[in-house]
Order: sequence, then structure tokens, then C-alpha cells
Amino acid sequence: MSILVQFAIGLVFGLGLVIAGMSDPAKVLNFLDLAAIPTGGWDPSLAFVLTGAIAVTFIGFKLVLRRSQPIFGGKFHLPTATGIDARIVAGPAIFGVGWGLAGFCPGPAFTALTTGGNAALGFVLAMLVGMAGARWLASRPARLFPVTPRI
Amino acid sequence: MTATDFTPLASLLGGALIGVSAVMLMAAQGRIAGVSGIAVRLLPPYADGELVGRFAFILGIVVAPLVVMLATGAAPVQTIEAGPGLLVVAGLLVGFGSVWGNGCTSGHGVCGLSRLSLRSLVATLTFMATAMLTVFLTRHLL
Repeated sequence: MSILVQFAIGLVFGLGLVIAGMSDPAKVLNFLDLAAIPTGGWDPSLAFVLTGAIAVTFIGFKLVLRRSQPIFGGKFHLPTATGIDARIVAGPAIFGVGWGLAGFCPGPAFTALTTGGNAALGFVLAMLVGMAGARWLASRPARLFPVTPRI
Repeated sequence: MTATDFTPLASLLGGALIGVSAVMLMAAQGRIAGVSGIAVRLLPPYADGELVGRFAFILGIVVAPLVVMLATGAAPVQTIEAGPGLLVVAGLLVGFGSVWGNGCTSGHGVCGLSRLSLRSLVATLTFMATAMLTVFLTRHLL
């Protein structure tokens, strides 16, 4: 049952992306292109997507988190980290460069798998490799960042 | 570059649906709807027994354009301007960066900002800035 529900929740997410136009990388790149504002080529739609999403999520999370536990049991898994470290800047900085090169972030890249042909498939496979690489690197901090630096 | 129409209502509505999905996933599973965090956990090593549920969530996103096609009779517009080599480089950077920074547009930009997380605010401002800078460099300087 919870598997079907999670499929449906993913479907709503994907429908939201497609209806919002975010499955089109050109639309995303035209939002990121601030230099196109004077020439009329700027597409502010992405700001409206974030506004709609945050408005619903902000209120919805408050209501849902009043419950003692999720519908299918277990507990609410909320991020516990609060500090600002190098990773919370470096990761998004790298992610942003990739996003600006292709116009795809992870969600829209998955919506492109059925309609974007080999180009989208190549992006998604590379993305998964990059994800695996980051997780592998994160799991080996001691070896890569020794406490005692070698001179 | 390909011109696109400004779609305030459709984008607001689509965004609201993304929000509904994020709220539903929190209500049902107690999980943040962060696509990069869910996608990386499709790969081994597996830390918990929620692999099938995560796969189902991603599969829902994958089939969404097909559902739109069935409903409207037309495939959603999708213009991929980058060539194959650039797409692979971009994919590596998006994958690495989103996992290294613990989130992407959905996890930090939607869920994190909705939780008023300072880390997500820093992350969102950072990826918006480097993405805008990248587009400026590739479209207007190079």
C-alpha cells in the first residue's frame, strides 16, 4: 500500500513539474538568464513555481508535523544539521554550475527520461555517477582529509 | 537559445502541486521530498529497507509526462539545447554537487526554505548565483 502511495506522490510531483513548465530546460535557462531582462527574453516562471511550492509546503508541513508520527508509521525524518560549513556552500555551488550548463536539476531530469531521448538518458546516468561519487567521497573523510596534515 | 512564454498561472499551479507532493510524502513516510536525496539512495549501499518506496516515487516522476500526453494528446515541450558532451559534464556536476550539499532545488529550495532552514537558504542562494553566473558566461561571454 505504501509503495503505491509513494508512486502516486511521485506522480503528483512530476505532474507539478510538467504543468509548471519546469520539465523544459529552455524555460529554466531563460529564468537563470538575468541579462535577458532588458531584451525581453527573461522568463520569470521559475520564481512562480517556487512561490507556489513553498506556500503550500510551509503551511502543509506545519499541519502534518503536529501528528505524532507519519501515516505509515516510523518517525518524521527531518534534517538535524544547523551549522554553515564548507559543504553547504561548495555542494550547491557545483550543483548550480551543472544546472546552468544544461537547465536540468534532478527532478526535471527524471521527467525527461521518457521524452528527452538519449540526451536526457546521458544526463541522468552522469548525474547518478556524480551522486555516487559524492556519497563515496563523503564516506571517506578520514582518508582524504587527515587530521594531521602531511608535509 | 529558445524563447519560452512566461506562464505565471500554470507555474504557480504546478508549483503548488509540487508542494502538495512534498506535504504528502512528509505525511505518509515522514520524508523530505528531495529528489537528489531520494535518487542517491537508489544506489548501493542500502542503509534501510525503503528502496522500493523510493524507486516508486522516482518512477512516478518519470511517468508523469506520459500521463500528461495521455490527457492532452501532446508531449510536453522539452527543448534540450546542450550537446551530449556538455550534458554529461552537467550531469556529473549536478549529481555530485547536489549530494555533496545535501540537496537540490526540491530539498533545499522547496522543503528547506519552507522549514525556514538557514542552511537551505545559504544553499539556495548559492546554487541560484552560480547557475545564473554560468548562464551569463555561456550565453553572453563565451
